[in-house]
Amino acid sequence: MVVEQDAPEIVDIPINMGPQHPSTHGVFRMVLVVSGEQVLDVTPHIGYMHRGGEKLMETMDFRQGIGYADRTEYLAQFSAELAYCLAVERLMEIEVPERAQYIRVILTELNRLSSHFMFMGAFGIDSGLFGTSFTYAFREREYIQDVFEEVSGDRLMYAYFRVGGLAWEVTDNFVERVHEVLKSSAQGIRDLDDLLTRNEIFAARCQNIGAFTAQQAIANGLSGPLLRASGVPWDLRKDEPYSVYDRFRFEVPVGHYGDVYDRYLVRLEEMRQSIKIIEQALEQLPPEGPIVPEKMPRRLRTPPGEVYAKVEAPRGEWGVYLVSKGGDKPYRLKMRSPSFCNLSALREMTIGQYLADAVMILGSMDIVLCCVDR
Amino acid sequence: MTVLGAPLVNLNQHWLTTLLGIVALTLVMTLAVMFATYYERKVIARIQQRLGPMRTGAYGIMQPMADTLKLVAKEDLRPATADPVAFELAVFAIFIPAFLALIAIPYTQDWIVSPLPLSLLYLLAVSGLSFIGFLMAGWGSDSKYALLGGMRAAAQLISYEIPLILAAIGIVMITRSVDLSAIVIFQHKVPLIVWQPLGFLIFLTASIAELERQPFDIPTGESEVAGGVFIEYSGIRWSMFQLTSYVNMYVFSLLGALVFLGGWEWPFGRDVGWGYQLLLTLAKMSIFIVFYLWVRASLPRLRVDQLMSYAWKVLIPFALVQIFLNGLVLVYDLPDVALLITSGAGAAALVYFIYRSVRVKPRRPLEMVANSVAARSVV
Repeated sequence: MVVEQDAPEIVDIPINMGPQHPSTHGVFRMVLVVSGEQVLDVTPHIGYMHRGGEKLMETMDFRQGIGYADRTEYLAQFSAELAYCLAVERLMEIEVPERAQYIRVILTELNRLSSHFMFMGAFGIDSGLFGTSFTYAFREREYIQDVFEEVSGDRLMYAYFRVGGLAWEVTDNFVERVHEVLKSSAQGIRDLDDLLTRNEIFAARCQNIGAFTAQQAIANGLSGPLLRASGVPWDLRKDEPYSVYDRFRFEVPVGHYGDVYDRYLVRLEEMRQSIKIIEQALEQLPPEGPIVPEKMPRRLRTPPGEVYAKVEAPRGEWGVYLVSKGGDKPYRLKMRSPSFCNLSALREMTIGQYLADAVMILGSMDIVLCCVDR
Repeated sequence: MTVLGAPLVNLNQHWLTTLLGIVALTLVMTLAVMFATYYERKVIARIQQRLGPMRTGAYGIMQPMADTLKLVAKEDLRPATADPVAFELAVFAIFIPAFLALIAIPYTQDWIVSPLPLSLLYLLAVSGLSFIGFLMAGWGSDSKYALLGGMRAAAQLISYEIPLILAAIGIVMITRSVDLSAIVIFQHKVPLIVWQPLGFLIFLTASIAELERQPFDIPTGESEVAGGVFIEYSGIRWSMFQLTSYVNMYVFSLLGALVFLGGWEWPFGRDVGWGYQLLLTLAKMSIFIVFYLWVRASLPRLRVDQLMSYAWKVLIPFALVQIFLNGLVLVYDLPDVALLITSGAGAAALVYFIYRSVRVKPRRPLEMVANSVAARSVV
């Protein structure tokens, strides 16, 4: 006799990961539909950090906006400041003095180092290391931040770049300090390389996960290390040089597989290239000279017009689109944040992978939530 | 009641002696666990270029006390939708087996709470009980993370139980005894690690997995399931889980020290007095503990499918090979050296096999593009 029973309905469980989860790198929330350990679907939810930053910047004059650029991209502040300053400078047709250009490049590249150190540390934790990569990476990041603090007076919100140049002259021992930091950073890169790259478990966790072909990467609008890991040699510092980047010899690392491991390797190599750039910049740095143009107006007023300035930030193309109708404030301002654009590929990368890999893939994107939500 | 011709419980001993032993052991173990947490934090801090706890007392020696006080004083939370019975009993289902295991361990020749004739069997059986508690905690918490963690824990503990027991069977074949004291005395001249290197490697890796420590901390993986089964526990219950995991670490370290490193017997014999014997056991135990801590600070976590295939495709076949080799040597009555040669070859094969399968395979190195404008047309 067959006993009729209400057969329990088998459903796939949606798991709510975030906004308070150790490895969502901030207040990011993704709802994972899992079957056992396999991810069937991902729904990302963003906006927890939305502060209307772009609208807010429209109420600030061009000097005040710089501080807000810091607060948007809080791991690569100088890149964000640089993009904003470049946009305003292009609109006002200001020529930035040589010395200021070089110091900007040095600081931006140092910032790339510190940002990638942050990635290395956090990514190690995502892969399950008990914080060892984190402490090693943060040691180097601290040294770099010390230099930033000496130069700008702040450890996080530098607000040191100005439209037309820099806020003030760097400290007297700036060049020696940067040389010291480069030496320690090179050692830090070696340490992390030893700790992670050849680690069998780390490699087994990273390889062949979240792989994207070049076509997929371009179709999803990826930029930065994610795009280069997929095999597209696209680096704004090379392709559309801004500031004085066309005066340095460096190489762009490009991956073949487009997986999480390649993204890690690309970032590791980029750090070495950054050191090369900074060394060249220190050599070419004019020992003295103005850091703001001679005839700088006291009040910044742009002519009407629109401009799009983009820089190669550590996470990809950071762009500032600025419309001005004249006056001392932008009429409309839009920031193209690489974190946001890269994050849109999360669903395509994650579906079909294991739950643990979803964490690794999100970690490999190296998102800054402030910059996603703005 | 007898098992395998030996009485399960030793009835010659006075019950009061046993009771006193259990109470003393529980108290000593609690203190030992408190020290272990301090020691772990210090060792891992050193590996990570930190100082570790420094503020509470000299060199932070009072940190475990502060931790304990804080945890005991914390509010004992239970989710409203949790199954109260499963949620609250789960703690004891994990806690009690861990302490039960301690009573059968000979710390010195005479220091043993209850000298069981089947102590190795008993120890492995009791330490295998804890997965029920993990399942109860995972199911009873009514949390998806806890459920995932509980399922992972059950799968992992059951899978790694098998190589662990198979490695122990190899030992039992050689020593012809399931009594830990007899196994230790058997190692009067040479510790068993020499005769059973393959079994030792299997035991070592399987014990890390049983302890759920890195790289096998999948059930509690902080970056994935955010604590797994422990996610809904707080205060005293959570600290009991932690206490248990450290007690388990002691149990497996002691087991390894007794079974493979000769315990209190090797190399000084049994006439040196209980003080030296105890020191010797503890010294050998701490080798394992330092190893567990070191591994914890330097390896990332495996993925769940890699974990499973490692148990079923690598450890269990090799453990069976070890048993087969031991059987050959014993049946044909070959000299003891044959054990070393066969098991050593097996251990080398295991290491080589693992190296072959997990080594970082050479991939096409990154392409370094000096002038990307020209290269862009390639894509």
